[in-house]
Amino acid sequence: MVPITTFHYLVVAAALFVLGVIGVLTRRNVVIVLMSIELILNAVNLNLVAFSRMWGNLHGQVFSIFVTVDAAAEAAVGLGILIAFFRNKETINVDEIDLLKW
Amino acid sequence: MSPAINSAVSTINSGMAPVATPWFFYALAGLAVASGVAVITRRNAVHAALALIVTLLSVAGLYLMLYAPFVAGVQIIVYAGGIMVLFLFVIMLVNIERSSKERRFNRMWPVALAASCALMALFVSAFVKGRALFPDRMISLPESSNTQQIAAMLYGEVSKTGQYRMGQYTFAFEIASLLLLVAILGAVIMTKKKI
Repeated sequence: MVPITTFHYLVVAAALFVLGVIGVLTRRNVVIVLMSIELILNAVNLNLVAFSRMWGNLHGQVFSIFVTVDAAAEAAVGLGILIAFFRNKETINVDEIDLLKW
Repeated sequence: MSPAINSAVSTINSGMAPVATPWFFYALAGLAVASGVAVITRRNAVHAALALIVTLLSVAGLYLMLYAPFVAGVQIIVYAGGIMVLFLFVIMLVNIERSSKERRFNRMWPVALAASCALMALFVSAFVKGRALFPDRMISLPESSNTQQIAAMLYGEVSKTGQYRMGQYTFAFEIASLLLLVAILGAVIMTKKKI
């Protein structure tokens, strides 16, 4: 059996990242777009922790905790914007959000 | 002793003690990717949120396999316990009946899919070409005091090992708390009807 190396973790993280990018680019529901951004941040976290294990120090893990903090802040602000928008336009579709389009 | 147990013991004694067999890695990775696919394809946003919780939990399992129990705990508590509850509340606030009857994907989805597949091919080719950079054996961390060392790096608690400088990331830690404060204020102000 092939031992699991950093390479394997990088491939998994790349797959999760690309899934998140597909979700951001193709879905119309803003909530699912925000969930896809969480998926992307998780892929980045997985990369950071895998490299932290590869180099044998903990800086990557500490940085992944900062990424988690950023994800929480981003989710709170994004969902706040979504609720404010839903109050005005009664829709949560990305392609109908065109208030600033001239 | 049976040969299987002997080989397992010798693996542990040789210093490369695996936390679990590679099958666990493949199972967790497959679960993460499969439920990630479910996140971006489900029509109902609640189903997508539940699939995202499965993804987050299996990524937490991968963190455990990487000897990162603190990050795994943060992942479960903050992501699966905090952020996903926020998502589910917002899904309940906005109507899902109307949006679940509409088109799921926007008009440009074939282009976006092709671009994303090109991105994946780029990643995989870069990793395969640079595979010589990754050592076959991972350096094992001192996992017993992992949490303590991360706490020491963050805000300078007493650490027995003294391997890391104390409070190396204190300034970044304070900036992160400021970021959270700004996010709380922003979310409250934007969500209020009249300020």
